[in-house]
Amino acid sequence: MDAGILTQQAFNALTIGAMYALIALGYTMVYGIIELINFAHGDVFMVGSFVTLWLLSTFGVQGAINDPPRLTIMLIVMFAFTMTVMGLVGVVIERFAYRPLRNAPRLAPLITAIGVSFILQNIIQVTFSNSPVNVPRVIEPQAGATVQLPQFAVANFQVTASPVTFAYSHIFIIVLAVSLMVALQLFVGRTRLGRAMRSTAIDREAAQLMGVDINTTIALTFFIGSALAGAAGVAWALNYGTTKFDIGFQAGLKSFTAAVLGGIGNTTGAALGGFLIAFIEVFSSQLGYSRWSEAIVFSILILVLVFRPTGLLGQRLAERA
Amino acid sequence: MSPRRSISSAIGNSPVGRGSGRLRAALRPATSSAGRYFGKHQSLSVLVGMAVATAILPLVVLIPPFSGFGGQNDFVDGFASAGVFVLLAVGLNVVVGLAGLLDLGYAAFFAIGAYTYAYGASPFSGLDVPFWPMLLVGAAVAAMAGLLLGAPTLRLRGDYLAIVTLGFGEIVPVVFLNADKYTNGTNGISALYQPALPAIGDFGFINPWPYYITVAAIIAVAMMLLYRLEDSRLGRAWMAVREDELAAASMGINTVTTKLLAFAIGASTSGLAGVFYASKLGLVSPSQFGFTISFTVLAMVVLGGMGNIWGVAIGAFVVYEIQSQGLKQLNNFVASSGIPPIHIGFVNVDLSAVNFLDYQFLLYGLALVGMMLLRPEGLFPSRRRKQELHDVDDAGASNQELVEA
Repeated sequence: MDAGILTQQAFNALTIGAMYALIALGYTMVYGIIELINFAHGDVFMVGSFVTLWLLSTFGVQGAINDPPRLTIMLIVMFAFTMTVMGLVGVVIERFAYRPLRNAPRLAPLITAIGVSFILQNIIQVTFSNSPVNVPRVIEPQAGATVQLPQFAVANFQVTASPVTFAYSHIFIIVLAVSLMVALQLFVGRTRLGRAMRSTAIDREAAQLMGVDINTTIALTFFIGSALAGAAGVAWALNYGTTKFDIGFQAGLKSFTAAVLGGIGNTTGAALGGFLIAFIEVFSSQLGYSRWSEAIVFSILILVLVFRPTGLLGQRLAERA
Repeated sequence: MSPRRSISSAIGNSPVGRGSGRLRAALRPATSSAGRYFGKHQSLSVLVGMAVATAILPLVVLIPPFSGFGGQNDFVDGFASAGVFVLLAVGLNVVVGLAGLLDLGYAAFFAIGAYTYAYGASPFSGLDVPFWPMLLVGAAVAAMAGLLLGAPTLRLRGDYLAIVTLGFGEIVPVVFLNADKYTNGTNGISALYQPALPAIGDFGFINPWPYYITVAAIIAVAMMLLYRLEDSRLGRAWMAVREDELAAASMGINTVTTKLLAFAIGASTSGLAGVFYASKLGLVSPSQFGFTISFTVLAMVVLGGMGNIWGVAIGAFVVYEIQSQGLKQLNNFVASSGIPPIHIGFVNVDLSAVNFLDYQFLLYGLALVGMMLLRPEGLFPSRRRKQELHDVDDAGASNQELVEA
C-alpha cells in the first residue's frame, strides 16, 4: 500500500470534484427554480472552455505565464470574461428556449433543452474543430509543491509513500471553486435577490404576489448557474490543457449525477455530490476499473434515483406524478 | 357498458379538476378523420399504405434530380436502412408519444436486439438460428431488458426517468465494449449469417431487395399491431397516463403496469429493428449504438408528430433520407453550381466550401427547438394530440410544487 499514491489520487479527485461541483450547482439551481433538467448545461460548460481558448488566442498567450502579477491579471480576466459571457448565454437560452414553454407540458422544455445542446455542440464543432484542441495552460502545469509523506509500518504491514505533488493549478482550482460556492451560499442566503430566488423556488405565484419579478429572478438563476459552468470550463482548460466539442455530454451527465446524489435543489448537496462522484471515479480507475468508471457512475445515478430520489441532503421532494 | 366507455364516462363525470379536459380529449375515440373508412380500418390502411409506398419508392430513381444520385439498388439499399429507423421511431413513439415517457436511452434496446441476433446466428457463438425466429427472440430479449429497466425506475417522475434511461443508454454500450470475453469488445461480432427465405430472393450484400421487402413487411406488421394497441384499452390508458397520471390512477388505471407495458412494447420494437439491422449489416459493434442514435430517433418522433404512428414513420423516413442522402447531395449540388463566395462586411460566406453534413446536429437542434415553440404537435400531428396541445382550458396549469433552491 502506498499512502503517497492514495493522497495524490485524493488530491486529483478534489480537483475534478471541484469542477463537477461547479457544474452541478447550475443543474441544481435551475431544477430548484423551474423544475427543468437543463440538458444544455453541460454544453454551456463546454462552450466556456472554448471561450477561454478564444480569449487566450486573442491575447496571444501561448503557454504558461511565469510572471505572478501578469498571471493574476490574466486569470482574473479569463474568469470574469468567460463567466460573464456564459452567464449571458444562459440568459439567452432561457429567454428563447425555455421561457415560452414555462406552462407547456413537461416534455416540451426537455426536448428544447436537448435541441439547444445539439445547437451549442454543433456551433463549436464547426467554428473550432472536430477533434480535441489544445488550450494554453497559463499556470505552469509542472509547478507545484512536492511533499514526502512519512513511511511507517503497522505490525508487519509496510506503508510506503511516494512523493506527492500538489500542483499549483490544482490548488488554484480547488480554492477558486470553494470560494465561488461560499459566495453563492452567501448570495442565496443573505441577499434580497437570493431571497427572491428562494421564494420563487418554493412558490412561484405567491412570490409574484409579494412583488418578486419572476422573469428576472429566473433569468438571474440561469445567469449564475451558467456563469458557474463557465468557471468550470476555465478550470477544465487550466487542468487538462485541452478541450473538445463533446466534453459537455459526459461531464454534464456526471455533474447531474452529482446534483442528484447530493439532493437536487440543494446547493450544498450539489457540491458534496460533485466531490463524491469525482472520488468514486478516480478511485475506481485507481483500482483498475477505469474502463468501467462511467458505468459505475451511471449505475450510482440509477440506484440513487430508485432508492433515494431525494439524494443525500435533499429533504423535500414529494413523490409526484 | 364496454370497458372503454366506462373509463371515459367515469372521467367525464369525475371532479378531477385540472387536466380533465385534456384527459377527456385523450379518451375521445378518434373517429372523425377524413378518411373515415381507413380511419376505422387502420390495419387495412397500413397494409395498403405500406404496399403502395414499397412499390413506389424504388421508382424514385426514374425522376430526374434523383436519377443522378445513384443506381436503383443504391436507393433500395438506402430505403432498407431507413426502414430500421422507421421501426425505431414507431417503437419510440409508443413510449414518448403515446405514454409520454421520455426515453433517452432507446438505442440500448436496439443494441440488445442486434447483439441477440449476433449471438443467435454467427460463428462467434457457433449457433445458427434462422432469422425469422430470431426476430421474435430479439424482440423478446429487448422487451425483457425494457421490463428490467422499467420495473424499478418507472415510479420516477418524467424528467428523472429521462435521466435514468440516458444513463442506461450509456451503460449498455460500455458493457458491450468492456465485457470483451463475451462480446469481442471494440471489434464487435462480425460475419453474422444472413436471413434466408427462398420466396423473396437471395439475401446478400449485393442485392438489397430482399432486405427492403423484409423490412417493409416488418414495419407493416409492427404498425398494424401498434394501431390496434393504440385503440385498445391499454392505448387509452397510455394516453390518460400521459395527460394526467394522478387523474388516471384515481380512475383505476394501474399506472405502473401501463407504463411498464409501454416501455416493454417500445423496447421490443427496438429489438426487432436491432435484429434486422444486425442481419443487414452483418456485424455489430458497441460504437454503433451511442446516444446519437437515441437522440436522432427522438428528433424523428418529435418532428413527425408525437403520437401519430404514420406521421412518425414518415418523419423518420424523411429525416433519415435528409441525413444520409440529402445533405450529401446538397454538398455536391452547391459545389457544382458555382455559387460565388459572398462578402458582407467582415463575413465571407463561401457556400461551396461548406460541408453541410457537419451541420446535421445543428439542423436537428433548430428543428427540435423550433418545433416545440411553434408546432409542438409535429409536422403530422395526431388529431388528439393537437386538440390537447391547443386546449385553452389547460393553458395556465403547470406544476407549481417546487423544490427549494
